[in-house]
Amino acid sequence: MDVTRPTSLDDALETLARRRAVPVAGATDLLVGWHEREHRPEPLLDLSALRAELGGWRLTPDRLELGALCTFWELRCAPQVAAEFPLLPLVAAQVGSVQIQTRGTWAGNVANGSPAADGVAVLMAYDAQVVLASSGGRRTVPLDEFYTGYRRSVRRDDELIVALHVPRRRHLREWFEKVGPRRAQAITKVGAALVQFEQGWRVVANSVAETVRRCRALEAALDAGRRFATPREVQALLAQDISPIDDVRSTARYRGTVLARIIYYWLAQ
Amino acid sequence: MSVGADVPRIDGVDKLTGVARYVDDIELPGMLYGAAVRSPVARGRIRRIRFDEAFDFSDFVVLDARDLPGPNEIAMIENDWRALAEHEVRHVGEPILLLAHRDRRRLQAARRAVHVEIEPLPAVDDILAPLRPELIQYGSDNVFKRIEISKGDVAAAFGGAARVIEGTYHTGAQEHVYIEPQGVIASHEDGRLVVRGSLQCPYYVLSALTHLLGRTPDQVRVVQTVTGGGFGGKEDYPSLLAAHAALLAEKARAPVKMVYQRAEDMAVTTKRHPSIVRHRTAVAADGRLLALEIELLLDAGAYVTLSPVVLSRACIHAAGPYHCEHVRIYGEARLSNKPPFGAFRGFGAPQAFFALERHMDVIADELGIDPVELRRRNLLRAGQQMATGQVVRDEPDLVALLDKAVAESGYHEKRRAAEEFNRSHPYLRRGVGLACFQHGAGFTGAGESYLASEVAVAGLPEGAVEVRTAQTDMGQGAVTVLTQIVADRLGLPVEQVHMAVPDTARVPDSGPTVASRTVMIVGKLLERACDQLRARLPAGLPPAEAIRAWHAAHPGGELCGRARYEKPPEIEWDERTYRGDAYATYAWAVYVAEVEVDLRTYQPRVRDFVAVQDIGRVVNPTLARGQVQGGVVQAIGWALSEEVVWEAGAMLNCHLTDYIIPTAADVPPIRVIFAEHPTAYGPRGAKGLGELPHDGPAPAVLNAVCRAVGRRIDRIPLTPERLLEYIEDHGDG
Amino acid sequence: MAELVLEFTLNGQPTSCRVPGEARLLDVLRGPCRCTGVKEGCGEGECGACTVLLDGQPVNACLVPAFQVAGRSVETVEALRCDRDPDPELLNRSGVAQCGACTPGVVMMIRWLRRNPHLAAGADLRQLLAGNLCRCTGYDGIVSGAAAALKQAGGQHSDT
Repeated sequence: MDVTRPTSLDDALETLARRRAVPVAGATDLLVGWHEREHRPEPLLDLSALRAELGGWRLTPDRLELGALCTFWELRCAPQVAAEFPLLPLVAAQVGSVQIQTRGTWAGNVANGSPAADGVAVLMAYDAQVVLASSGGRRTVPLDEFYTGYRRSVRRDDELIVALHVPRRRHLREWFEKVGPRRAQAITKVGAALVQFEQGWRVVANSVAETVRRCRALEAALDAGRRFATPREVQALLAQDISPIDDVRSTARYRGTVLARIIYYWLAQ
Repeated sequence: MSVGADVPRIDGVDKLTGVARYVDDIELPGMLYGAAVRSPVARGRIRRIRFDEAFDFSDFVVLDARDLPGPNEIAMIENDWRALAEHEVRHVGEPILLLAHRDRRRLQAARRAVHVEIEPLPAVDDILAPLRPELIQYGSDNVFKRIEISKGDVAAAFGGAARVIEGTYHTGAQEHVYIEPQGVIASHEDGRLVVRGSLQCPYYVLSALTHLLGRTPDQVRVVQTVTGGGFGGKEDYPSLLAAHAALLAEKARAPVKMVYQRAEDMAVTTKRHPSIVRHRTAVAADGRLLALEIELLLDAGAYVTLSPVVLSRACIHAAGPYHCEHVRIYGEARLSNKPPFGAFRGFGAPQAFFALERHMDVIADELGIDPVELRRRNLLRAGQQMATGQVVRDEPDLVALLDKAVAESGYHEKRRAAEEFNRSHPYLRRGVGLACFQHGAGFTGAGESYLASEVAVAGLPEGAVEVRTAQTDMGQGAVTVLTQIVADRLGLPVEQVHMAVPDTARVPDSGPTVASRTVMIVGKLLERACDQLRARLPAGLPPAEAIRAWHAAHPGGELCGRARYEKPPEIEWDERTYRGDAYATYAWAVYVAEVEVDLRTYQPRVRDFVAVQDIGRVVNPTLARGQVQGGVVQAIGWALSEEVVWEAGAMLNCHLTDYIIPTAADVPPIRVIFAEHPTAYGPRGAKGLGELPHDGPAPAVLNAVCRAVGRRIDRIPLTPERLLEYIEDHGDG
Repeated sequence: MAELVLEFTLNGQPTSCRVPGEARLLDVLRGPCRCTGVKEGCGEGECGACTVLLDGQPVNACLVPAFQVAGRSVETVEALRCDRDPDPELLNRSGVAQCGACTPGVVMMIRWLRRNPHLAAGADLRQLLAGNLCRCTGYDGIVSGAAAALKQAGGQHSDT
């Protein structure tokens, strides 16, 4: 097993500059069915020794900064974060189970790029930014511009996600709901995160397209003050931005219908 | 007095501290790991087995059907189940080749380096599809077993009926998901083949091995290791797994361990039979059942295995706890090219009761009668005959049981409250539903006589006793409750009663641990063995002292009480006509479920569940309650979320990520009430319990959902995707 | 790395063992460390039977790569042989264990909850225990055992 374990971020970035490697943080996705896999990703870049530089979270005057190794559990235990960004601990409590939350990282959720990623949906609805670092420097990419296709992103092979930045703004309304096959340990069938800022709405859906994505048609309608008389009206707008599929977990019909229904009923409250 | 007391589970602390040793915790010197290479297709002819040239197999043990020393058969009801496929395969996952190696990981790589080339043949996927000649693989019509039960004159009764109500009900396959996967270790010790494993029936495995290997029983020893769940899944399958491990161990001349990973376990082991049950019922205007015509079809999978007995129990229970003069039940177990379906808690009764109890609610709706009232009018009264003509001697008061369930659950109040709630809430709908049902304890009819179970209770020199049965504890508490029964009968403290490990070299064959027979049948036998032991003791001394005194007077002697099953003379069953006393007695139950359906997401949620049952005398309240709660939750999973997704005869979702069993957050507390109506046939009046709790929850929950959403739903699992279709595509039910 | 020499603290004792580079913590514990009380139920992080405490926090040992365990502290159900925390007799009376396969994982969650009573106070026990699948108990015995254990005095308290 080819594993490199850098002891500093600079080390890690130098390694990536020289050769391709798969960064590993909490490993809760990487290790699933580990011994049954025919081919395992290699080489690996183990980030777990970089807590000093990449761990934890902090609040600055204009944003919440999540280090790359910040886990879901850490935000469940952060009342300061809960006060200002209530969707973060809310979604954290619904990812897998406690045993997954203590290991899984927000940055790992982003890097993994699953279209079902609940953490990504909420971060995107909060207008999060992804901070990428390489031995050549840093850049910041808005999360809603980070993905280019199914499990593909703008991250170059020599880059690491080092932080996620979430702007501190006034939220007028905010909400997240995950629909899964059971109430824990569930891969999302369809999920929605909605945040109304003073500047406008963000509507983000997961498990209904190749990537987690904003539903801009519905955002525009909400920004224009549109109200909805039935879920079908919401569904018609959503249809412009989503393309749910049938798979072993659910159906396109269910996903499209239910996404619209949960949003409709929440808006109607 | 031990029976009725909450004796703490005897094996509990070892399990809680991680001391209990399961089969995968055991290592023997020189041990190899074994694995099977399997068919990727549902049916076909094996053309060629090709080994990757790039892979070094020289340090592997490789074994196929040509290595078998005896018949290629896993002995069961019929011997059609093969240890290894030789020329053709009949289901995805059918084992073809066995490999063994010291290194578990290298073994997995080796499996991938063996390629089986199979010429596909047309496969049976749907047991209702018309049968073309090229699909016939058993007999003339792929029917493994037919059963017919007749009472009265059904045709005449339909002729004169006011109303006839029909319905067809479907249930899906269900995977056991015992948290400990299947596993065995085979080795040779003292010139004997020894198989240790996670299993329910050591003597079944013994029979299978002696038949397969051409040995006598004294040449083989089977020992049950601590077993992490069974639910029937370790009744039949371990015979095949043990055969594989034994064959490899013989060829390798070394111990071989075969423990399945979860995905393999789910994909290839037995599951609950899917069913299609059609009801056609003649009813009077007041809801009395005038005639029941029931057709029950089971998908049996590729081999016979236990399907005839599953069909038997399903048919016998199909008319339920109701009185009806004219009954015709016709059942078939049909072949399909899927991994064989097998034993699973309830063993055909859950399928029968899903249909019956859903149908009773359909009848109630059509006639405009309250569902509780409909049950009340039809429940068996003392002296009335069941479908096979049996009059239940214990004379349970089923109406009182119904009333108790209704009262404890607050059924009527909940129903009124639900109706009001549903009028005003934007998207939540509540409903209450019930189910009435029974479960016969022990093997059907002549089955217990055929088993001829034996037990022994030995008095030990130190004044304690050792109980020798083949009954296995798989979590249900057999060790503890049998200890309590013996302690009671002998007048000893439980600490002085030791259960021998189920080891065929040391214990007699008391039959399998299935069919809810352990407490009632084997417990009763143990009482007789205790009496025989006592009869040999010197009089006038307390039991422990008497045992010590006997040993003092007979140094080196064996002090043992034995008993062998004798059919109670009044129990009469005709296997040919399927008439008479199917079981000595039954446990009876009424379960009530309250659900809330979220019409935004089409997800039903069970808010409250009340389980009322009469299991005769309760031996251990905590253990009995645990059995009920576990069975109810398992059945809720079967009803609402556990779907086996098939594709070309293979289980697509063979991972716990995608085969959805309930978590603690998905179910409410299960409220359990026992009404004790002792039976003469069980120890201190106790009856069987293990399977009953899985027989009733599915229809109770579905009845509640149907009430909540106003639709008629006849199929489980009722996933939210399906509920969406029922609500959006069908008009008000 | 073909093989790894792993040094960590196991149930309070410094431990060193040689393991294949691709080993999971579960393999390390069940193999060279002989902690067979830690069970493998699925290898996917779904069932929670392999739950252990890593630096005081519950994790699925099947999802932790051995190479990340160096210098860290692991507690398994074997720790109960020394400190009986949670009290196995109390759990037994509550009906926590039936077949026992999920039990060690449940016990470790209860051990963790006893050290962090504020967590149980602020959240639903069933939700906290939802990462431990059980097929035997229907969960009532487990939840009542956890609640009883949380009321019982004694045991270790840490600031984790």
